[in-house]
Amino acid sequence: MKRFITALAALAAVSAPALAAEGEAHAPEPHDWSWEGPFGQFDDAELQRGFLVYQQVCASCHGLDQLSFRNLGQPGGPFELIPDPEHEGEYLSWANPNDNPVVMAIAGEYMIMDGPDDAGDMFERAGVPADRFPNPFANPQQAAASNGGAIPPDLSVIVKARAGGAEYLRSLLLGYSDEIPYDVELLPGQHYNEYFPGGVLAMAAPLSDGIVSYPDGSPETVEQYAHDVTAFLAWAAEPHMENRKRMGLAVIIFLLIFAGLLWLAYRQVWSNVKH
Amino acid sequence: MSHQSTYEPKTGIEKWLDARLPIVRLGWDSFVDFPTPRNLNYWYTFGGILAVFLVIQILTGVVLAMHYVPHIDYAFDSVERIRRDVNYGWLIQAMHANGASFFFVAVYLHMFRGLYYGSYKAPREMLWIIGVVIYLLMMAAAFMGYVLPWGQMSYWGAMVITNLVGALPVVGEGIREWLWGGFSVGNATLNRFFSLHYLIPFLIAGLVILHIWALHVPGNNNPTGVEVKGKGDTLPFHPYYTVKDGFAIVAFLMIFAAFVFYLPNALGHADNFIEANPLATPAHIVPEWYFLPFYAILRAVTFDIGPISAKLGGVLAMFGAIGVLFVLPWLDGSKVKSMRYRPVAKWFFLIFVIACFGLGWCGAELPDNQVLGTPLQFVTLSQILTAYYFAYFLVILPVLGFIEKPKERPASIEASVLGDQPAAAQ
Repeated sequence: MKRFITALAALAAVSAPALAAEGEAHAPEPHDWSWEGPFGQFDDAELQRGFLVYQQVCASCHGLDQLSFRNLGQPGGPFELIPDPEHEGEYLSWANPNDNPVVMAIAGEYMIMDGPDDAGDMFERAGVPADRFPNPFANPQQAAASNGGAIPPDLSVIVKARAGGAEYLRSLLLGYSDEIPYDVELLPGQHYNEYFPGGVLAMAAPLSDGIVSYPDGSPETVEQYAHDVTAFLAWAAEPHMENRKRMGLAVIIFLLIFAGLLWLAYRQVWSNVKH
Repeated sequence: MSHQSTYEPKTGIEKWLDARLPIVRLGWDSFVDFPTPRNLNYWYTFGGILAVFLVIQILTGVVLAMHYVPHIDYAFDSVERIRRDVNYGWLIQAMHANGASFFFVAVYLHMFRGLYYGSYKAPREMLWIIGVVIYLLMMAAAFMGYVLPWGQMSYWGAMVITNLVGALPVVGEGIREWLWGGFSVGNATLNRFFSLHYLIPFLIAGLVILHIWALHVPGNNNPTGVEVKGKGDTLPFHPYYTVKDGFAIVAFLMIFAAFVFYLPNALGHADNFIEANPLATPAHIVPEWYFLPFYAILRAVTFDIGPISAKLGGVLAMFGAIGVLFVLPWLDGSKVKSMRYRPVAKWFFLIFVIACFGLGWCGAELPDNQVLGTPLQFVTLSQILTAYYFAYFLVILPVLGFIEKPKERPASIEASVLGDQPAAAQ
């Protein structure tokens, strides 16, 4: 068994470079997240603030195509638990996130293209929780035309789709600087960010102090915004993470007990034979 | 089966069935009473582990296929939908993706075990060859399965691998178009890969039955490499090895669960969460980790050999690396099976294992990168290791068969277990 574990460790060491690869760009800054480690969970307040940042800043260019409004109210989501207005310190929750009034209100702020109706015409209506987040652009061509030829990537799985994950995203949001290396030449509409592979990207620094107002009194700084919106997008990339870790603990404990019983059975069965 | 059946139907229905379809007898003789060498160690548990993983892959795969959409416009979104909206889809998808990796961990350990203890030698050549066919089919299934999520690595991996076929002279281009179902990797390719990805596991399951059959005719090899000579050498499979395999399976599942629940994407590549885009090539196309050694061998051939172009040479070397396994039983001339008693071969085997891991490392790096800051480039290292890989099978093992002086082997399995003690002390 020991030899087997050594072999597995060696395998991990061999495969690690493939996973870490790429390079060139500045390595993302390390950062502490609430959801790290086997017991880490998302912080609802963080997710709610991050959603505000997404909604008010990112959403003007970036879609969130894989998500529906109802996801915001599902177990583990930012608006799963709503403070009970009648009982201090207690929370209300809804078995069906489509009934969650906060989620319904958020969905209702959006206009959704629907149809065709009986007359064959498309029409706009207020959103409901079952609707997906509408994309800011009608099609990729329009997205490219509005952004100097670069299509803003969809943010649904962005945290999983970039080497470095959440730390890369946060570093990128904070990594804009006026000090541009002498060998980098920027064309109009280009920006420099040392964390971006190649250093040159079309997105201007999206965040600035005070750009989003927080109802909970958290600091309205670029640093805080970057942290919150990254947390929100980490949740968006994997909305079932909390459930995954909870079930994992139960499964590992079950397997440990099972393995222990099998080990004892093994000792018992083999006790009378030499091998 | 090779041993006398000890199954005795007791109830009326058992007797009735046994006279018509002796399937209970088959199961009894194969998995209950089967005489198994008493000295099998934990390296011999990976067969059972592999059987469990084949079942896991088929069960999770059947459920995934109920929700997956094999179309280039919907495949990527449908996999993401499985993770988000299908009940326990996040779990089933993670089990299937990580299950492939653990399947390969187990099969590589199973194969190294076979190489070390000489399990490919007479009378087990068919057992070994069927195993290599299973391994080839596993690689085909894994490759096509990796294309299905239609991410960037899916698409570009499919592009690189199918283009290899185009290197074959005269027929290459035609075969490539036939594989693609068009003039590029596209919707037709995705559809046929999905169809074949669903088919292959059942071919594997059929071959596994042949593999077990071919195992049960000569019986298990064992760490001494000395064949079973008498009753004292063996124990019935149940309960001795059901409980030992059972423990190993659960221990292995624990490591599997740690990945599924806590590191579900650690063995994948971030680029595969970007939808396939034929117009944007990833900076660094790498296959899944279990193909990296072969990817390194493919890229190690950087020079033309006579009429063979470097590209074709790489393809031939890559397929040759697996092809050589088919003839291994006839390349290794030593009469001694287990490397325990082969003082020289043992060290060459150890270097072979290191070379395989080294090739995996080379496969993960860009060929022009330097090894740990030394002037040595990865392409050179992979050439050295590829040369060793082939030399091990084609030169070292055949030559050692003639010149190596093996150590003294025990007279029997029982003697090796009991040492000098008289048999009565058992």
